[in-house]
Amino acid sequence: MKFTLAWLKEYLDTDASLDEIVQKLTMIGLEVESVEDKGKQLAPYVIAKVVEAKQHPNADRLRVCMVDTGDGNPIQVVCGAPNARTGMTGVFVPPGAFVPGKGITLQVGTIRGVESRGMLVSEAELEISDDHDGIIELPDDAPLGASFAKYKGLDDAVIDINLTPNRPDCTGVNGVARDLAAADIGALKERTPKSIKGEFPCPVSVKLDFGQTHPLCPAFALRLVRGVKNGPSPEWLQKRLKAIGLRPINALVDITNFITHDRGRPLHVFDAKKVKGNLIVRRANNGEQLLALDGKTYTLDQAMCVIADDSGPESLAGIMGGEASGCDENTTDVLIESALWDPINIAQTGRKLGINSDARYRFERGVDPNFMAPGLELATQMVMELCGGTPSEVTVAGKAEAPEKIVDFPTSELKRLAGLDLSLIEMRRVLTKLGFFVAGQDSRVKVAAPSWRPDIEGKADIVEEIVRIVGVDRIPSTPFDRGDAPRKPVLTTAQVRTRKAKRALAARGLTEAVTWSFISKPQAELFGGGAKELALANPIAAELSDMRPSLIPGLVAAAQKNADRGFPDTALFEVGQIFKGDKPEDQFMAATGVRRALARSSGAGRHWSSKAADVDAFDAKADALAVLAAAGAPAQAMQVVPGGPAWFHPGRSGTIQIGPQNILGHFGELHPRALEALDAEGPLVAFEVILERIPEGKAKATRAKAVLELSQFQPVTRDFAFVVDRAVKAADIQRAAQNVDRKLISGVGVFDVYEGQGIDAGKKSVAIAVTIQPREKTMTDQEIDALAAKIVAEVSKRTGGVLRA
Amino acid sequence: MAGLVPAIHALPPAKAWMPGTRPGMTRRGDVMTDIAQLEQELSTAVAAASDEAALEAVRVAALGKSGSVTALLKTLGGLTPDERKVQGPAINGLKDRVNAALNARRDGFKGAALDARLATETVDVTLPVRETAAEAGRVHPISQVVDELTAIFADMGFAVAEGPDIETDDYNFTKLNFPEGHPAREMHDTFYFPPKPDGSRMLLRTHTSPVQVRTMLAQKPPIRVIIPGRTYRSDSDQTHTPMFHQVEGLVIDKGAHLGHLKWILQEFCKAFFEVDNVNMRFRPSFFPFTEPSLEVDIQCRRDKGEVRFGEGDDWLEILGCGMVHPNVLRNCGLDPDEVQGFAWGMGIDRIAMLKYGMPDLRAFFEADVRWLAHYGFRPLDFPTLAGGLST
Repeated sequence: MKFTLAWLKEYLDTDASLDEIVQKLTMIGLEVESVEDKGKQLAPYVIAKVVEAKQHPNADRLRVCMVDTGDGNPIQVVCGAPNARTGMTGVFVPPGAFVPGKGITLQVGTIRGVESRGMLVSEAELEISDDHDGIIELPDDAPLGASFAKYKGLDDAVIDINLTPNRPDCTGVNGVARDLAAADIGALKERTPKSIKGEFPCPVSVKLDFGQTHPLCPAFALRLVRGVKNGPSPEWLQKRLKAIGLRPINALVDITNFITHDRGRPLHVFDAKKVKGNLIVRRANNGEQLLALDGKTYTLDQAMCVIADDSGPESLAGIMGGEASGCDENTTDVLIESALWDPINIAQTGRKLGINSDARYRFERGVDPNFMAPGLELATQMVMELCGGTPSEVTVAGKAEAPEKIVDFPTSELKRLAGLDLSLIEMRRVLTKLGFFVAGQDSRVKVAAPSWRPDIEGKADIVEEIVRIVGVDRIPSTPFDRGDAPRKPVLTTAQVRTRKAKRALAARGLTEAVTWSFISKPQAELFGGGAKELALANPIAAELSDMRPSLIPGLVAAAQKNADRGFPDTALFEVGQIFKGDKPEDQFMAATGVRRALARSSGAGRHWSSKAADVDAFDAKADALAVLAAAGAPAQAMQVVPGGPAWFHPGRSGTIQIGPQNILGHFGELHPRALEALDAEGPLVAFEVILERIPEGKAKATRAKAVLELSQFQPVTRDFAFVVDRAVKAADIQRAAQNVDRKLISGVGVFDVYEGQGIDAGKKSVAIAVTIQPREKTMTDQEIDALAAKIVAEVSKRTGGVLRA
Repeated sequence: MAGLVPAIHALPPAKAWMPGTRPGMTRRGDVMTDIAQLEQELSTAVAAASDEAALEAVRVAALGKSGSVTALLKTLGGLTPDERKVQGPAINGLKDRVNAALNARRDGFKGAALDARLATETVDVTLPVRETAAEAGRVHPISQVVDELTAIFADMGFAVAEGPDIETDDYNFTKLNFPEGHPAREMHDTFYFPPKPDGSRMLLRTHTSPVQVRTMLAQKPPIRVIIPGRTYRSDSDQTHTPMFHQVEGLVIDKGAHLGHLKWILQEFCKAFFEVDNVNMRFRPSFFPFTEPSLEVDIQCRRDKGEVRFGEGDDWLEILGCGMVHPNVLRNCGLDPDEVQGFAWGMGIDRIAMLKYGMPDLRAFFEADVRWLAHYGFRPLDFPTLAGGLST
C-alpha cells in the first residue's frame, strides 16, 4: 500500500515530521517497507540561470557556462548538453552532491583544461524520467536559487507500507490517517461524501442472479452520468497516481483508481454506450471468455463471478473490468459501479487466474460495506467536477450491510492477555479514535466494531487494538518462572538418539549434510518409493517431485557433486526423515551415510602411512554399528546377515537385524546399477539405519551400574585356524566356538582370513583367537587342551572346518 | 676408589700381569706394595679393554679361579690373625674395587652399543599424521543451532515437541484459524499432494505450527514446548529455498501473557547471540493463529556481512509471536476464557545465518564439503549453557 505524505495530510492534520510518521506507522502495525523522499534526495538541486554560454576552447561539443543561482556570483560549469545556451533557466547542482541517475558524488573537475564547479542536470540524471536528451529547461520566471524538487512538487515523500491481510481499512489513505490519529500523530480530518441527487432514473437495471448457489455479490449500486467529457485528468490527480506508481489513463478511470487508494473503495466505470441492455451479476459459464483491461483473455468457470450484459461478461467482478465496455476519450455516458463481493471468492478467482489487481487486493480483504453507497457518491461528485455530466438516480441490487459486531469486554482482559494495566478512560480513548463504540463504565464494557473492521471478532482483537495503539513497549517485560515442575530430561528417546547419531557419525569423520526431503520420481522408485500419495501435486522441479523413501539418493548425489568439484573422497551423512506413506506413523528417522573413493573410516585420501585403498563394505558396517551403539541398540541381540535391498551389491552388503522381523538397517557397497541410475561414479558404500526400529531399553529404577565381577584368574588365549568353504560365514565359526562353553569362553575374535596359495580353491582359512576365562580355579593344561579339542570338534561339526595344519 | 678411575694412558697388554709370572709376590712386607701395584696394573688393563671380550679376559685374569686377585685372597688363609687384620681388608677392598671397575666399564660398553643402535633408528617426525576422525567430521549448522536452542529453552523448562512433515490441511491451516480462501493462506506457497477420493489433500507443512495443535490436543496444560523442524514452501530464489527450518515455542499456562513472552524472547536472544544486551523492538503484526500478534526486530550493526548485536542502528526482523488465538485454543479443545498462552516462531536457518555470518541460505542444502568444513561444527563441540554455546 503506497501513498504520499501530502496525500496522507489530506486526512491528517499534523505537525509530525516524516520520520516521526514513518516510525509511528511501523510501531502501530503498519510496517513501513520503504520511504522515497525525493525532496530530501534532491535538496542540493536548485534553479539557476545560464547567464553566459560560450564555446569550450578545446572541445566542439562542450560549452562553458556561467551559472547564476540568484546570489549574483556566477559559477563556471562545463556542459555537454546541446540545449545549454545563454539566457536559459535550468537546474544546477554544486560539487559534493549525489547524482542519483549516475550513481556518483559530484566533484570539482577540469574538463579539457577548463574547470567545472558543478553540473546542469537532465531529468534522467535526477531519475525523474528517462529523458536524457538535454538538460532541464524551466520557464524564465522560475525562482533562482529555489529548490527544484519543491518547485516541481517532487518533494512529496512516497511511503510504502507492508499491509497485513487483516487490515482492509488501511488499503485507503484515510484509514492510515485514522490509525495515526488514534496514536496521537495529529487529528483525523473526516470527510464524508455528499449525497448527490439523481436527475433521472438509472436507465440500466441490475439483477443479482445466483439461482440456488451461494450468492457471490451481497450488493451492487449503479448510476449513470450522462454527457461527460472524458480526457486526461488534471495534473494534481495524475501526479498523485504517478507518485504511487500508477499510470494515468483518462479522467474517468483515474477517478476510480484514486478512490481505490484514497478510501480503499474500488469502483468500476463502464462506457454506457458499449453496454447492451441491462446488467446481470452471475456466475460465469464454464468456458466463457473475457478480454480484460490488461489486454489478456481469461477463460472463466462457474466458480467465478461476472457482470454481464446482453452480449456476455463485461467485467470480472471485483477483480478487473472488460476491455469491450471500458471508458476512453470518446466516452460520453458513464455507468459507475460500486459493489460488494464475496472476499473468499475474489481471492480464489484472482489466484486461479493469476490476476493481482488493486481491486482484488481490497475486496479479498473485505471492504467497508457501509461505504459502498458513499463511495459511489464520491465518484459521482468527482466525475461531475472533472468531466461534467448529469447524474441519474442510484439503483441498488441486494443490501449493503455491515454485520453488527459487539464484543462483551471485561477490562481485566487487557491485563490478562497483555500484562498491561490501563484505565478504562485510556482504553476508551484509543478505541473511540479508531471508530469503535464503547458502552458502559464498569469492569465490563460493550465494544462495537466499526463497519470497516471485519477482522474484529472478540476480546483478543480488542486487546490487540489497544496494545497496538498505546505501544507494545508499554508492556513490562515480566520474568516467567519455570515453576515447581521437576527438572527432567526434556528430550524423548527418539530425540536423544537423533542427536547422538549425528555426533557419533561426525566423530567417525563423516560430514553432516542436509538434503532435500524430495527427490525425483525415478530415484524414489529405485529406492522403494514413488507411491502416488507421496508425489507432490505441484513440485517446484521435476527432480524434486517425490518424498524420499531413503536418504541414500540425496547423499550419493551430494557426494558426486563434491567429486565433480574436485573432492572425490567424501564421507557424508544425514539424520533425517524418510517417508513410507503419508500418515504420521509412516515417517521414520533414518541415519544414513555414504563414503566415496578413498574416504575410509581409518582416514580419508592417500597417506604415506598405508597403501591407498577404496572404501569397502566394512567401512559402512562400522559406521552402521557405531550409530546403533550410540543410539543404544543392544549389541548382543543384533545379528548381521548377508544381503540387503536391491540398491546394494548382492554379495557385498549386509542386513543388521534383531531376529528376522526387526530389521534395523543395511550396509554395503552400492549396486552398480543403482549408481548408474543416480548418475554417480563409485566406489561408493552406504549404510542406513532406522532409529525407530531400535528397541527401547527398559527403564531402570537406579542409575547404579551392575556389580563388577573381576576374576582373580588369568585368562588364556588359544589360536585356531580353520580351513572352510568360502561360503562359510565367519560369524558361524565364532558362534560355534563360543557355544562350546558360554561360561568359560569370554570372547572369540577373528584375527586372520586368508585365501590363496596353500589353500585349495573354493576354500579359505579363518583364524580365530579364543579367550578362556577361568572362573573358579586356574585351569590345568589338560583341561585347556580338552576345551580346545571340543572347540575344534564343534567348529568342524557346524561349519565343516578343518584345523589348518 | 680414586685409584680405579679408568686410566687415560695407553697400557701394556693384560697378559703381562698374569698371576704366577710375578716373582716374590708372597713376600711379607712387600704385600701392601704388591696390592697397590696390582691395582694400578688392573686399573690400566680395565681401561685398555677395547670390547666386552677383552674386559672378560681382564676379569678372568684378576678374579678367575687362578686370577691374580684370587691368588691374593688365597694367601689370607695362611696368615696370622694380626697379619690378616691388616691384609684382609686391603685384599678384599682390592677385589671390590676391581669388580666395580669391571662393571662400570661393562655398563659403558652396553650404553655405547645402545646409543649406536638408537643412532640408526630415526623417523622423520615432520611427516603428517592422519587427521583424527573427530577432527575431520562436521555437524551441520542447523543441527548445532537446534542443540543450542534446546539447551537454552530446556533451562527455562521447555520440552522439545515434533510432528510429521506431511500434514493435513486441517492441522496446517484450518485449526490454526486460516479460513478457507483467506489471503493469509496464500502467503504460504503450499506444496500439496494429490487429492484423495474424499477430496481432502495432504500437504507439506508450511510451518511447524501444526505441532502446536498436535501438542495441545495430546497434552493438558501447562504446556511448554519448543518445536524445531523442517518446513516447506514452493518458493525458490536468492533468499528462499523450498525447504527450510523453523522453530516455534508454545506456552499454555494460566496467567501467561505478553509480558512473559517479551521476557522469554529477551532471555533467548541474549543467550543465543551470546551478548550481554540485545535491544529488541516489538511491532504489532498479523498472524491468523495469534491475537494480538507481534513481530520482533533486534538492533544490530551490519558491517561487510558481519552482524553485531547489541549495537548499531539497524533493525533486523527475527521472529513473529503473539497470544494464541482464541479460535485456535477452541479448535484444540481448550476454553479461551479459562486458559491462555503464547507462541512464537522463527527460521532456524535465518538465526544461524545471523549468528554465524553465512551469507547465502541456499548453501545450507548444497552439501558442499568446503562450506560444511568451514561453517560446520566439530562433533565434540556440544553446545552447553555451562560451557558457552559456541565455544
